[in-house]
Amino acid sequence: MERTTLDLWVGMFVVAGAAALVILAMKVGNLGTYNVSETYQVHAYFSNIGGLKPKASIRSAGVLVGRVTSISLNTERYEADVVMSVDKRYQFPKDTFANILTSGLLGEQYIGLVPGGDTETLKNGELIKQTQSAMVLEDLISKFMYSKAAEPSK
Amino acid sequence: MAVQSTIRAIGHQIVNTVWRIGVAARFFFLTLLYSGNSFRRFHLIIKELFSSGVMSLIIIIVAGLFVGMVLGLQGYETLKRYGSESALGVMVALGLVRELGPVMAALLFASRAGSAMTAEIGLMKATEQISAMEMMAVNPIARIVAPRFWAGVISMPLLAALFSAVGIFGGYLVGVVQIGVDEGSFWSQMQAAVDFREDIMNGAIKSLVFGVVVTVIALFEGFDAPPTAEGVSGATTRTVVTSSLAILMLDFVLTAIMFRGA
Repeated sequence: MERTTLDLWVGMFVVAGAAALVILAMKVGNLGTYNVSETYQVHAYFSNIGGLKPKASIRSAGVLVGRVTSISLNTERYEADVVMSVDKRYQFPKDTFANILTSGLLGEQYIGLVPGGDTETLKNGELIKQTQSAMVLEDLISKFMYSKAAEPSK
Repeated sequence: MAVQSTIRAIGHQIVNTVWRIGVAARFFFLTLLYSGNSFRRFHLIIKELFSSGVMSLIIIIVAGLFVGMVLGLQGYETLKRYGSESALGVMVALGLVRELGPVMAALLFASRAGSAMTAEIGLMKATEQISAMEMMAVNPIARIVAPRFWAGVISMPLLAALFSAVGIFGGYLVGVVQIGVDEGSFWSQMQAAVDFREDIMNGAIKSLVFGVVVTVIALFEGFDAPPTAEGVSGATTRTVVTSSLAILMLDFVLTAIMFRGA
């Protein structure tokens, strides 16, 4: 085969392969939805994060507004320090509530933001003070057992 | 007496295998050492990219489409029981990007391009073209082996990516177009679950490793083949068998390293 035709075919092959990689990254993977907009970071302490993982979604009124960036244990408070990046388009009041919720019965966990009434908004690097930890099944059961045991027997 | 000769045969087999691994490793390092020249004469690599990469395109695309369609069909049947048909996209995409894409593309590549490489080099050796090159002070590893090696290494990740992309399209065709899974949740759940670095890059690394292994095995078997018709046919068979087994075993090892705790 002539050299130019050969080059053309190989070029088409390489372009097709590269295009497949790009499609995988943008359409299938999360690169397309990732960092498309400017974000600001806030963090919050939770006494128990349950099954929350980095990159879990942050929702407010069910709308995706950001992602969990990192989770670490703060050894001064012995609480989980969760850093979240929130889309710049969405500003939240200073007294926003951060709750760890579960999507569906056995679904993955996410952070739900419930805005408060403060007129000032959260700035980059600030702390969300009001949090509610994840529900842990064992805790619920033990609470139930204790309250049962505390009841006066008839 | 029979026991003794059996033991002797087994021992001989083991020593022979280890010896061949050593020779193959030396062959691999020689290939890397003489690769510099083949990059200076890039048209040699392009020629091999055509015969190993472009010629494998059709089988990769057709196989990918059907594998994706089967995944869509089977995944739907299973997920339906738990009422989570919307997770079909996640299942198809993760299955293809992490495992089936690299592995199936490498298996197809081994049988389509690897066997051809072995047969070609084996026949060159049988017809004494390689000895002729050595006579002309042309290094056969630099002239024949290195371009084929790099062509295989370059085309393998591209073929695997194509396989995955076409497969996901096949899953989409069956799941969304034919069965009627909700299109929005198909794509959005897929995008939420598939991570670029964790899943797509690891899949690409896998296919790169498979590309190196398959081409080294194919080239070594061809270079090592006895210069007879029987020898070349045996070497071609060994290429397909050895590289398929190597792909599947390496896949387990790589998966254990990459996806544990994920």
